[in-house]
Amino acid sequence: MNISMFDILGPVMIGPSSSHTAGAQRIGKAMYMISGKEEISSVKFYLHGSFSHTLSGHGTDRALVAGLMGMDASDERIRNSLEIAKERGIQVSFEPQDLGDVHPNTVKIIAVTKSGKEYSMIGSSVGGGEVEIVEINGTKAKSSGKYPTIIVTHIDRLGVISKISSILAHHEVNIVTMSNSREKKGSTAITMIEADHSIPAEVKEQLEELDYIKNVVIIEKFA
Amino acid sequence: MYHNAKELLALIGDSGKSIADIVIENEMELSEMSREAVMEQLQYRYDIMYKACHDGLEKEVISISGLTGGTGKQMWDFIQTGKGLQDMTTQKGIAYALSCSEVNASMGLIVAAPTAGACGILPGTLIAVAEKLESSQEDILLALAAAAGVGQIITKNATVSGAEGGCQAECGAAASMAAAAITQLCGGTPAQCFEAAAIAMKNVMGLVCDPVAGLVEMPCTKRNASGVTNAILCCDLAMAGITSHIPFDEVVDAMFRVGKALPSTLRETALGGIAVTPTGLALKEKIFGTGGCGGNCSACGGCQ
Ligand code: SF4
Repeated sequence: MNISMFDILGPVMIGPSSSHTAGAQRIGKAMYMISGKEEISSVKFYLHGSFSHTLSGHGTDRALVAGLMGMDASDERIRNSLEIAKERGIQVSFEPQDLGDVHPNTVKIIAVTKSGKEYSMIGSSVGGGEVEIVEINGTKAKSSGKYPTIIVTHIDRLGVISKISSILAHHEVNIVTMSNSREKKGSTAITMIEADHSIPAEVKEQLEELDYIKNVVIIEKFA
Repeated sequence: MYHNAKELLALIGDSGKSIADIVIENEMELSEMSREAVMEQLQYRYDIMYKACHDGLEKEVISISGLTGGTGKQMWDFIQTGKGLQDMTTQKGIAYALSCSEVNASMGLIVAAPTAGACGILPGTLIAVAEKLESSQEDILLALAAAAGVGQIITKNATVSGAEGGCQAECGAAASMAAAAITQLCGGTPAQCFEAAAIAMKNVMGLVCDPVAGLVEMPCTKRNASGVTNAILCCDLAMAGITSHIPFDEVVDAMFRVGKALPSTLRETALGGIAVTPTGLALKEKIFGTGGCGGNCSACGGCQ
């Protein structure tokens, strides 16, 4: 395992807590990416464990909302993000919820865009500002945000994954990690791919043309 | 690449290189960056650290909970009276660390080093020592790189999370990093840097994480101050030729095992230590009300 010196001298962040503030901002930012950076009209945060306990005391609420609006961990506007969201007409609510057997710093986010699309996501802040997205739109996922990620929602059918990887190879996208999960055999599945370098837009178009593909989301690196 | 101090020292061998040289070479390879780009990143981070170490000296910086603040200014004012017992470098380092820690608690901009809770120790120590030595900017950045190398080794072999290893893992790691940084700045050998780092960690072995109300304020701010004194002490010991006897790598292993042995009540849950003293609990109630929700039930799950 090789760790960057800037993970040790970092993140550069608005305090006070790397896991409750910087990590929360990154999880919010993940939702910003998943919802295609569209303007959000309403968002609900369901907070689990210590996320709900120290919510306002560590600025977790402001950091989540700031990330959702695309702000970075070092953005001084995080402090006023709740007011900024209000000005932009985003309805925000927070609720404690037991999300089951998950990391103590976990939040479930349900966001509705101005165009009426609904997205959901569960993310955990696992320490030092590092995060893990564990569920997207109801299906299990695994992304740290350290690499550009492609999330393909598709029907679980033989050969789909090999077609996805051959399109990636064609565009010289080098795969760092690849994971696949499905609700049950033959049902909806999600394939997540973390890539070395940023992913060209044509990849999305070509993947969407494949059979059995329901939806393709490309997330830029957010951590 | 190196996994521990032993490997890093072996990479140095008799090349005459410093810890910083090896750490920067590793970074250039890992992040595909030029040396200039790495140094620029270090400078960017140093500038933020410097500002955070000074913003709380002339004016009182108060935390968002309203629980703590103003100690950076109190210490700075006290230094001006000339009545402090420690030498000027240590006193200033303490004031810088308090300021940085308070800027963090007020939702200001900081650099986690290695965490936000312990963010004052490394910059506070380094800035004060560099002032005394009149170090060049290049040498200051190289000292930061050495500190990062020590932090990398602790992260690889143990943890720097209070929730996992207690405060020894956060403020202990930060003091180890700071001790190595200033030992390099003082002209110590790479081996001496690791002696200083080892002793600093041993000095706080077993330190628990017990934040009042679960907030990174009490005891965190003062532990940032004490981390500065610890780091400067250990640099002096190492420069005097005193060794740790127990090598750095073994100290890190021991710290990890001690962290695992700590009950969860003493690992950031705010269920033990000073957090559950009558005064600690009363302060918690003052901020959050009885359930931990500030009276706004839709905002919190503390009472459910
Ligand atoms: S007491 Fe806990 S929260 Fe405070 S600095 Fe130490 S490890 Fe961090």
